[in-house]
Amino acid sequence: MAQYEAWKELLRQGGDVSFWQEFYVKFYQAFIEGDRWRQYLQGVGTTLLVTALALALGVILGILVATIRTSHDQQRIGHRNPVLGLLNAVCQVYVTIIRGTPMMVQLLIMGFVIFSSSRNYTMVGALTLGINSGAYVSEIIRGGLMALDPGQAEAGRSLGLNYVDTMRFIVIPQAFKAILPSLGNEFIVLLKDTSLINVIGGKEMVYAAQAIYGRTYEQMFPLVGVACIYLVLVIIFTWLLGILERRLRQSDRR
Amino acid sequence: MIDVKHLSKSFGDHQVLKDISEHIYPGDKVVIIGPSGSGKSTFLRSLNLLELPTEGSITFDGVEITDPKTDIDQVRRKMGMVFQHFNLFPNMTIKRNITLAPVRTGLMSQAQADELAMQLLRRVGLEEKANAYPNQLSGGQKQRIAIVRALAMNPKVMLFDEPTSALDPEMVGEVLSVMKELAADGMTMVVVTHEMGFAREVGSRILFMDEGRIVEQGTPEEVFGNPQNPRLKDFLSKVL
Repeated sequence: MAQYEAWKELLRQGGDVSFWQEFYVKFYQAFIEGDRWRQYLQGVGTTLLVTALALALGVILGILVATIRTSHDQQRIGHRNPVLGLLNAVCQVYVTIIRGTPMMVQLLIMGFVIFSSSRNYTMVGALTLGINSGAYVSEIIRGGLMALDPGQAEAGRSLGLNYVDTMRFIVIPQAFKAILPSLGNEFIVLLKDTSLINVIGGKEMVYAAQAIYGRTYEQMFPLVGVACIYLVLVIIFTWLLGILERRLRQSDRR
Repeated sequence: MIDVKHLSKSFGDHQVLKDISEHIYPGDKVVIIGPSGSGKSTFLRSLNLLELPTEGSITFDGVEITDPKTDIDQVRRKMGMVFQHFNLFPNMTIKRNITLAPVRTGLMSQAQADELAMQLLRRVGLEEKANAYPNQLSGGQKQRIAIVRALAMNPKVMLFDEPTSALDPEMVGEVLSVMKELAADGMTMVVVTHEMGFAREVGSRILFMDEGRIVEQGTPEEVFGNPQNPRLKDFLSKVL
């Protein structure tokens, strides 16, 4: 503490400081002075919360959209359901718009146009990310359903099982295992995309870093620190996903 | 039992089945032969509506199954189907593969289905595989399980879509012998196959299909012993 003050003063006067002294001062300034590490920690909390909410919303939307689109595609020719046709069109527009516009622009529109009166930036951020993720998740799920050998569903139906049972017991369990790596990837993208919500005022890690270097005028330590935290989070989740994948694979080989 | 009237099927501009009318009687063992691309599989798959006919009607047990109002799931419960590529469910044990449909369709309780599964597995000599997964079995074993799975629904007719075409030669025999037993038990069967020996031995009627039509049919003696149609003669000279 006293050491920090002394070296800081020396640094300010342009005195002769060693690399490690300078490192110490800047590190202290970026993370410890005034308990600044708490701000990063809060940022991590927001990031995890937004990721969890957006993931839940994204998976729900994704399943919904994928279900509508695949069941629309699988209708008997000449027996098309007009309601399903309309829903399918809505889903296609949704996926096209979300995939066709940048995440950042979507956030700005949601934050400053649609929910301009809301102060709850975290929730607006989570909502936007969830809607964004839903479009990608729906395509992942659709891909998984289409990649499965059609013979599997045919076998289920030929036994007299109805569509729902065939999906529930035969198609979905197999498709889930196949899409898990892509879903994991989408999850990691989502986690990192939470860094964007600071543009609408969401108090996540980058927001904390910006607030801190706005006062200290030293950008490197806060930003590299944030990068390291993201990296560690992603490594942890990748490891957990690997465990889940291995467990699912074991169950059908034994 | 199955009455097919003026059945046609097109994929886009390509007409695969051309105005087929045919009747399958109880106890019939109909074997369909013909060159590849002749529409044999499409015809068979139309019988339980895995392929939707473009025109014509199919009646099974007095129910017109091509009528959009018919509950096709109910009809399929009475028609077993065996596929070229087995299509066992790799995410389930053998026993669950067999019991899933009877239990979910309310045909029997899980305990009853388990018992039936073991009984059927014993019949094909695979009872020790009840708790194995499909990927641990050989092709011949898989296909015998697939037959058992279809039989567990107690169907009135069994449809076989090239059941031995994806098997290694040494495994063909074990599957055919299960099918022969089934035929001897009086099951109504429609079989698409390239196994001429099986057709000759088991078939009560042989249909020869070419370019979407049944161009000749008769008993095995007639079809193999005294073929009339030049294309049938040509086909037989290549496969026999």
